[in-house]
Amino acid sequence: MTKLTYLIPLFPLIGFLVNGLGRRVLPKSFSGAFGSLTVLASFILSVLIFMEVRVDGFTAQQIRLFSFINTASLNIPFAFQIDQLSSLFLLIITGVGFLIHVYSTAYMSNEGSDHYARYFAYLNLFVFSMLLLVLGANYVIMFIGWEGVGLCSYLLIGYWFKNGDYNNAAKKAFVMNRIGDLGFLLAVFWMIGQFGTTNFSDIFPRANDTAPAVLTGITLLLFVGATGKSAQIPLYTWLPDAMAGPTPVSALIHAATMVTAGIYMIARSNILYTLAPVTPSIVAVIGLATSILAATIAIQQNDIKKVLAYSTVSQLGLMFLGLGVGAYTGAVFHVMTHAFFKALLFLGAGSVIHAMHHEQDIRNMGGLKKHLPVTHLTFLIGCIAIAGIPPFSGFFSKDEILMGAFAHSPVLYFIGTFSALLTAFYMFRLYAMTFLGTFRGTHEQEHHLHESPAAITIPLVILALLAVVAGFLGIPEVFAKDAHWLQHFLAPVFADSTARQEAHAISHNTEYAMMGGTVLAILVIMFYALKKFGAYTKTGEEASGFAKLLANKWYVDEIYEAVISRPLRGLSVFFNNVIERSAIDGIVNGTGKFIQYSSRQLRWLQSGQVGSYILIMVVATVVFFIIQIFGK
Amino acid sequence: MFAAFDNFPALLIWLPLIGGLVSFFIKNERSVKAWAILSSILTLALFAFSLLYTDDKHYILNSVSYVWLPELGSSFSLFLDGMSRILCLLTAISFPLIFASTYSSTYKNPNAFYGLMLLTQCGLMGVFLAVDALVFYFFWELALIPAYFLASQWGGEKRIQAAFKFFIYTFAGSLFLLIGIIYVYLKTPEQSFSLVSFYNVQLSAQEQMWLFWMFFVAFAIKMPIFPFHTWQPDVYEQSPTAVTMVLSGIMVKMGLFAAIRWLLPVFPEAVRHYDNVVIGLAVVGMLYASCIALVQDDLKRLIAYSSIAHIGLMSASLFTINQMSMQGALIQMFNHGVNIIGLWIVVYLIEKQTGIRKISQLGGLAQKAPALAILLVVIALANIALPLTNAFVGEFMMFAGLYKFSPWYAAAAGISIILAAVYTLNMVKNVFYGNLNTITAGFRDIVLYERVILVMIVVMIFIVGVYPEPMFNMIRSASEVVIGKFIK
Amino acid sequence: MPINYYIFLAVALFSIGVMGVLTRRNAIIVFMCIELMLNAVNLLLVAFSKMHHATALAGDAATMVGAEAQLFVFFIMVVAAAEVSVGLAIIVMMYRNIHSVDINFLNRLKH
Repeated sequence: MTKLTYLIPLFPLIGFLVNGLGRRVLPKSFSGAFGSLTVLASFILSVLIFMEVRVDGFTAQQIRLFSFINTASLNIPFAFQIDQLSSLFLLIITGVGFLIHVYSTAYMSNEGSDHYARYFAYLNLFVFSMLLLVLGANYVIMFIGWEGVGLCSYLLIGYWFKNGDYNNAAKKAFVMNRIGDLGFLLAVFWMIGQFGTTNFSDIFPRANDTAPAVLTGITLLLFVGATGKSAQIPLYTWLPDAMAGPTPVSALIHAATMVTAGIYMIARSNILYTLAPVTPSIVAVIGLATSILAATIAIQQNDIKKVLAYSTVSQLGLMFLGLGVGAYTGAVFHVMTHAFFKALLFLGAGSVIHAMHHEQDIRNMGGLKKHLPVTHLTFLIGCIAIAGIPPFSGFFSKDEILMGAFAHSPVLYFIGTFSALLTAFYMFRLYAMTFLGTFRGTHEQEHHLHESPAAITIPLVILALLAVVAGFLGIPEVFAKDAHWLQHFLAPVFADSTARQEAHAISHNTEYAMMGGTVLAILVIMFYALKKFGAYTKTGEEASGFAKLLANKWYVDEIYEAVISRPLRGLSVFFNNVIERSAIDGIVNGTGKFIQYSSRQLRWLQSGQVGSYILIMVVATVVFFIIQIFGK
Repeated sequence: MFAAFDNFPALLIWLPLIGGLVSFFIKNERSVKAWAILSSILTLALFAFSLLYTDDKHYILNSVSYVWLPELGSSFSLFLDGMSRILCLLTAISFPLIFASTYSSTYKNPNAFYGLMLLTQCGLMGVFLAVDALVFYFFWELALIPAYFLASQWGGEKRIQAAFKFFIYTFAGSLFLLIGIIYVYLKTPEQSFSLVSFYNVQLSAQEQMWLFWMFFVAFAIKMPIFPFHTWQPDVYEQSPTAVTMVLSGIMVKMGLFAAIRWLLPVFPEAVRHYDNVVIGLAVVGMLYASCIALVQDDLKRLIAYSSIAHIGLMSASLFTINQMSMQGALIQMFNHGVNIIGLWIVVYLIEKQTGIRKISQLGGLAQKAPALAILLVVIALANIALPLTNAFVGEFMMFAGLYKFSPWYAAAAGISIILAAVYTLNMVKNVFYGNLNTITAGFRDIVLYERVILVMIVVMIFIVGVYPEPMFNMIRSASEVVIGKFIK
Repeated sequence: MPINYYIFLAVALFSIGVMGVLTRRNAIIVFMCIELMLNAVNLLLVAFSKMHHATALAGDAATMVGAEAQLFVFFIMVVAAAEVSVGLAIIVMMYRNIHSVDINFLNRLKH
């Protein structure tokens, strides 16, 4: 079965080509169906491969397709790697991807047929790139997918290309990603210099014999790449702006898959991170800081998608915390559950936006519960799942990360828990303002409120089911021994790292106490938020003080603008106007002018007077005589 | 006389030469255009044919040496090896594309225009094929002179000024080169101009140091490397687009190619001694040019500065003396030529319809011309070296080599790829996205033959980007020769 | 007579010629001054010729050393004569054209 791996990315690629080239002629029904079916085909293949991989004792397999870069000193094959980690991600990408494709057929149905086909072409291209990213057997193939998803993100954020703001958001996303990509690339070059190869299977066994300083450098540079792709400090600001894209895109790219690429990459390179002395702490601290920062901002946002975007950044931060403290399984677990409930939340938000005729401000919503019953219910499930209330999936995965953090340092645990509490607060604020209370929009909007069609609700229901049950794949030790299926499944991938980590046994009582305390706190905050915002009325007053700081996102964008963009622009103008025009070209043109000027001066010697010529001749002769006689 | 036509290198020079001379006598505009396209396609066909005979047993078909100036020790020697093959391929592919894409332009004295274009092609082929220093110098100048006339006779308002600057600049460089060549020639034991003698000449370290600069300045002006670049934006801006394509697509590669063939292997010690200076200049130039590109409003100037940045990377990687980056640079020369010609074609198509190149005055073209927009986006992405486009392969290897030389240079140069993304996407955004204005409201999408040309470029971008193996095979042995000079 | 006297005389004649050429504007006088310089050189040649011949005679009675210089003198005289004929013709033509023999009018070289 693994021999057919190349088909998995190939199907979406075909979908991209057919939809992209035939966008003028294909009817909408075809391009939507074809785009979805290609992903479905990949999903089926992924399931088949998964069946093979889940057997105990399966070892990672490389499938070499052809030689990509082949020189005397460097050989990079175009090769795929199938193992437990990539197989799991294949399922998430193609599975959630397929649902979102189906959802999109209805969500985007107002578009013209060529734009509709363009949309599906981009979406297929994204799935293709994402599959390359997780399938690559070396860092270069991974990088191809890595940049490819960045490109698709750019194309899809700027999908409505007439809008200048959307284009700016798209550009920002691409450039921020590029900054991260530079870090990734430098890490790849370093690896080439150090190991002479970029293949996972060649590098990881040799990590043990590598100087810790080198590993630290490589892992830090890779982490820079991850901060770009997975929206961490300092490169996170693109993700909230990326909400300019169509909502299904936000669900697929900016919640479920692409932004988790950084986590995938670090989980893939786990042995390097485990062996590097300093990096894990940095990863953990950055992740935690991002998590808190984004959560605080989310509290004051009023755009339904922005809240979800900051929530994504915050959750990603938690995943990095997990990676940093060595809870690799926990991080991957959270990637999976997050993919389900965050995709669900975004799609639910999309359903709301659809019903509200592209209104995204939650201050103008409220009381949608009775108009959108399915959306409401699934959205509520999503909120409960992300808030971490048992037995929904978010509880298990978040708990695993926090326990890992506790084992590392209680400080990390408490800050992480604080972030989890904030999550519960802003999510139920969002829920309450959207679905509870009374409707605050215009009458026309109220008149048109309607539940979305089946193509939208069915994916919601499926994702809601997944968001409920996915947690049972990773039941912690406390509840039942050896019930953590995911840990068992991924064990071969993290085996080397696990062997090097000291086991921190936390007593079961402590664990129960912490879990109970956290859940209790979450419930309290949940009811507080529901009570406070359930009866929200529009006041029209501006936020002030600390709330204003949060509403303006800590002014990070403005700071970047002032510290980086504007000086760079000033420098460029200075180069262009002063150095280029005046200095360099001035020297060049000055040389020419000097020659012309000096020639004009010398011309006066050529007076035309015979006498003056003779005089010069005589004087010259006399001078030569003098030199001849007295010079020696 | 017929013996002159039994080998590929000579034919590759003769065909454009004859084609060019004949064009001067065709007064009818349509006929001369047809003739020029035919001539360039014949050259391409001939070159494609030569690709069937690349192995060593057909050596005789790829190498030729006529008696030329025996008393000076110079013979008319040409050789089609892997390194020259990749650049001849670029030359052969570019000219039909250039002629076809600018088919609708009208020029005064079209016969002279196309004649000079084909003569330029002849000169370029000669530069890439020559393995005798005097022949090399001869073609080096032969390529410059028609280019000067093309730039000064046809083009924008300030063309005379720009072309004159270009000419003086490159000519000054050429003089240094000539002095250098003659000095090395006198130092060869057998008083010969041949490449082999140049490779074997014994020069003291002292001599190498100043001869290096003699050669380097000539090549650096042509490339151009910061701070010898100021002729370039002016000339690109003022020349007719077809000429700009030749200048930027192929002619700047002369400098890089010449550095690989005539500079690195001849003065290995000096190259080692000055590598930091050259690479430093190149890296500074990359950042500098990228910054300037950020604030350009004229499409042509934007592309010109972007080209300076890209060429900077290539020249930096050449001087790292590293097999990986050498091969990357060779491949990138081809890729850069293809990509930048694609960009110029897009600029040409926009200017043809709207009459303007100012980014700030354009906008919303994607609504009116989706096909052009898509093709441009692909070419623009290739220009910023996105994976699976051709430029990624080259830039990846060049960066890898540069990193091996010094991580700091690679990191600094890497900043320019971020800046490249900024200015390229800005350009795409401001020209193609957003809303229409009065100038762009009447824009029509490109017609079939324009589409075919751009699609061909895009296809080349992807073929090389996904499967670069044949290219690597073409240049492998040639780059090993150059590197071999440094391993003693 | 010591050679110095001849040298002084020749230098004096030559200097007078140079000064004449430099200061006078009349073409004919300039011309005569050039002749003066030529003759100064002639005088020197003859004087040195005689001196060398005299020293050489002391060793070899039949020597011809120094005779070449006198030959040169004849050449110079011939050239001077030819020059006079051409030069005077030029001056005559000049007079016909601009009705003056003032050389300051001859500034056409500039153009």
